[in-house]
Amino acid sequence: MNKTVTRVLVAKYDELPVRVGQAIKIGEHEIALFRLSNGDVRALENKSPHPKGGVLSEGLVSGEYVFCPLYDWKISLIDGKVQEPDQGQVKTYQVEIDGDHVYIVF
Amino acid sequence: MEKRKLVMVGNGMAGVRTIEEILKINKDLFDITIFGKEPYPNYNRIQLSNVLQGEATWDEIIMNGWNWYKDHHIQLHAGESVIKIDVEQKRVYSDRGRVVEYDELILATGSLPFILPIPGVDKQGVIGFRDIQDCKTMIEAAKHYKKAVVIGAGLLGLEAASGLVKLGMQVDVVHLMSHIMEKQLDATAAQMLQKELEAQGINFLLEKETVAILGDECVKGLRFKDGTEIEADLVVMAAGIVPNVRLAKESGIYVNRGIIVNDYLETNIPNVYAVGECTEHREIVYGLVAPLYEQAKVLAENLCGIREKQYEGSVVGTQLKVSGVDLFSAGEIYENQTTKAIKVHNEWNGVYKKVLIRDRRIVGIVLYGDTKDSTRLFRMMTQKQDISDMAEIVFLQAPGQEASGNNVAAMPDDEVICGCNGVTKGTIASAIQTHNLTTVEQVGACTNAGRSCGRCKSLIAHLLEHTLGDAFYQTAQKETLCACTDLSRDELVAEIREKGLTSIKEIMNVLGWKTEEGCSKCRPALNYFLGVLYPEYEDDRDSRLVNEKMHANIQKDGTYSVVPRMYGGVTTASDLRKIADVAEKYNVPLVKLTGGQRIALFGIKKEDLPNVWADLEIPSGYAYGKTLRTVKTCVGAQFCRYGTQDSMSLGIELEKRFERLDTPNKVKMGVSACPRNCAEAGIKDVGIVGVDGGWEIYVGGNGGTDLRAADLLCKVKTEEEVFDIVGAYLQYYRETAKYLERTSKWIERVGLDHVKEVLCDEEKRKELNERLYRTLARYEDPWKKAIEDETIRHRYYTKRSIVVNTK
Repeated sequence: MNKTVTRVLVAKYDELPVRVGQAIKIGEHEIALFRLSNGDVRALENKSPHPKGGVLSEGLVSGEYVFCPLYDWKISLIDGKVQEPDQGQVKTYQVEIDGDHVYIVF
Repeated sequence: MEKRKLVMVGNGMAGVRTIEEILKINKDLFDITIFGKEPYPNYNRIQLSNVLQGEATWDEIIMNGWNWYKDHHIQLHAGESVIKIDVEQKRVYSDRGRVVEYDELILATGSLPFILPIPGVDKQGVIGFRDIQDCKTMIEAAKHYKKAVVIGAGLLGLEAASGLVKLGMQVDVVHLMSHIMEKQLDATAAQMLQKELEAQGINFLLEKETVAILGDECVKGLRFKDGTEIEADLVVMAAGIVPNVRLAKESGIYVNRGIIVNDYLETNIPNVYAVGECTEHREIVYGLVAPLYEQAKVLAENLCGIREKQYEGSVVGTQLKVSGVDLFSAGEIYENQTTKAIKVHNEWNGVYKKVLIRDRRIVGIVLYGDTKDSTRLFRMMTQKQDISDMAEIVFLQAPGQEASGNNVAAMPDDEVICGCNGVTKGTIASAIQTHNLTTVEQVGACTNAGRSCGRCKSLIAHLLEHTLGDAFYQTAQKETLCACTDLSRDELVAEIREKGLTSIKEIMNVLGWKTEEGCSKCRPALNYFLGVLYPEYEDDRDSRLVNEKMHANIQKDGTYSVVPRMYGGVTTASDLRKIADVAEKYNVPLVKLTGGQRIALFGIKKEDLPNVWADLEIPSGYAYGKTLRTVKTCVGAQFCRYGTQDSMSLGIELEKRFERLDTPNKVKMGVSACPRNCAEAGIKDVGIVGVDGGWEIYVGGNGGTDLRAADLLCKVKTEEEVFDIVGAYLQYYRETAKYLERTSKWIERVGLDHVKEVLCDEEKRKELNERLYRTLARYEDPWKKAIEDETIRHRYYTKRSIVVNTK
């Protein structure tokens, strides 16, 4: 069976604010999209890995990390890994930038 | 080299610990497959009673989440039982028809609750207390039924009973013997415990032998040997556990009470091992976690080809996890002709201690009410220390002259701190040093200490303080802003001022920040410092934490609360109507009066915030900010017959003057019209109390975490003087406090007299007020700004929804 790849247009690159997460809902997926100071765009599942949950889109963005706005866990925007001393993993989504268009790839 | 296939039957604590130990030695040795009967990843079975007692959540007791299995490439079949082992072909068969080959097989099947061989045990409502399902059944039963009976007053039974009481059930504990926990406690300690548990609401029926469980399909009651009966909607069998050996037995593996293993945890069949509660080693079956973890370590080494250490059995101590109960017991419990006992029984404060001695050595310990000597005594027992030259019991000691019982400094390095995981003081101390650990959690992550029952956490905290020693005091002396810099708050502010730095980015570049863009501690702090140093500073909104960035309070579900300004706690019919209309229009789930005399709307979606604010047409109450929150007032002279001053007017004016001002932490004020102090000005950061002919100004009060009564700063005659003093006070706090330091802490650090001295100086007061009012001029209502500014709405208050067409 062929694996189908879905590309969903989520934003225009120029309209994405730097270091301010954006909440996006695609079907059932709740996604937090971040444009970093270095120009990259990263996407995480918009759900704090802390057992009590919460969102990530409103977290403070620093370099390639976001700090969970509710529990202050430091999370890598590259691989979704929670940094020491806390532990956990956030699901990441693949982002593609094509000209001015930003896509999430499923 | 091709990996060997390792299959494990059982996904519990002992088994998974074995796998963890193997991975620690060599993570590339095995292809690992685990079968677990329960549909969950490995969880902390010891903590089930905490879940039942409402002291932990399901999530908190998961020890290895699903991702752990994934990350270590372990194939986990959860909710799937192995029903057959073919030891000739080296294959296991599951109840779902799966067949898996193995090179090495670990049996870690745990144990089962011992079900009494009496009629009626198969009725609905009769359960054990062993796994998540049992726990869920109990929690569910408590919602619908009233009466629970626990059979067995041992460790498990009492923990279950305590949990059921907390869940609101009426609980009888039935026990065969004449006193409870007879395997761990003597009669004296047992009676003390029974009394305590009775006070918590548990009823005991001792010396009762259950002979039948009554009811039709569902349980209705119990019958005892003496002919009496009691009612029951739920029966928990906690009369003991038995090793789960069926699979092993049917597969031709030697089984007695448990699966027989040698000192290397090997069964009689080659390549088949057993570990944990299902095993029997030198005729002993263990049910506590510490020995099982010791077994896990030996087995892991054996499987990795290291046959140095053998398992030689364990001496175990017991603790009961019921809140309000402190007990410890180990070794022999009852005196006989060969033992001598040292006993202390203090009925006055409910403490009982007994140590049994044979041939100058401790052979048994029972402690009730005060267990801080347990680690020390237990060590003396396991090491068979000669106690003949030990000090006598010290009676009625003065405070502060305690023996070395809980003094971590006096402990030898090989003393076990975490009994569950067998972690010694030495191991923890060296981990703290090698890995620069500073918190109990970090120690847990690194050494496993404190990760099981959690009772040793306070000891670990002491050890942290002790081990860090000079370094601990050095860090205390020089408190850097955060890990991104070596500069302290004062050094930093001095550098910013001296070098004329004007933005966060510039500070980080010039002062050699260790991280690219700072962290959640330094970014808000730097933004604050710049705002204090430069009255015209342009705020970096994205360096603020969520609430201040969004101008609303985030709630745990990601919605926000909105609190409109209500100066002095005084409102109007028209404002109330607007609040009511908004509450209806946006289906606000909760409307609540706050502690600061205003109204909060809870559960508002991020994308609705600007519309809610537009409809309210009231400025932000800043209920989320490190700024002036509220000025609480009493009714005062306008209506109250006791009021000597117009507290409402003064409060409203104070709030209007100082609202929106950024401060190191939140600032709360109160104004009362007379010393009866209905506005509770004595626990506010700034409290004003009306007296005949003037006002008293109090400062540094706190009604929250650091409960502190405010100090009288001065007494003034007019309102103008109040504004003058309070303004200067606020500005001095802004300029000298550490970021996030409340006035209560700040005033203790800098000293009330010092603050008085500064504020007495008219010239200084004038300068402070000038800087304050210049700063105040830069603020505007953030809600109005969001309504008017499209860019702000786009950046902070949108949520895109994209519909995907699935073909």
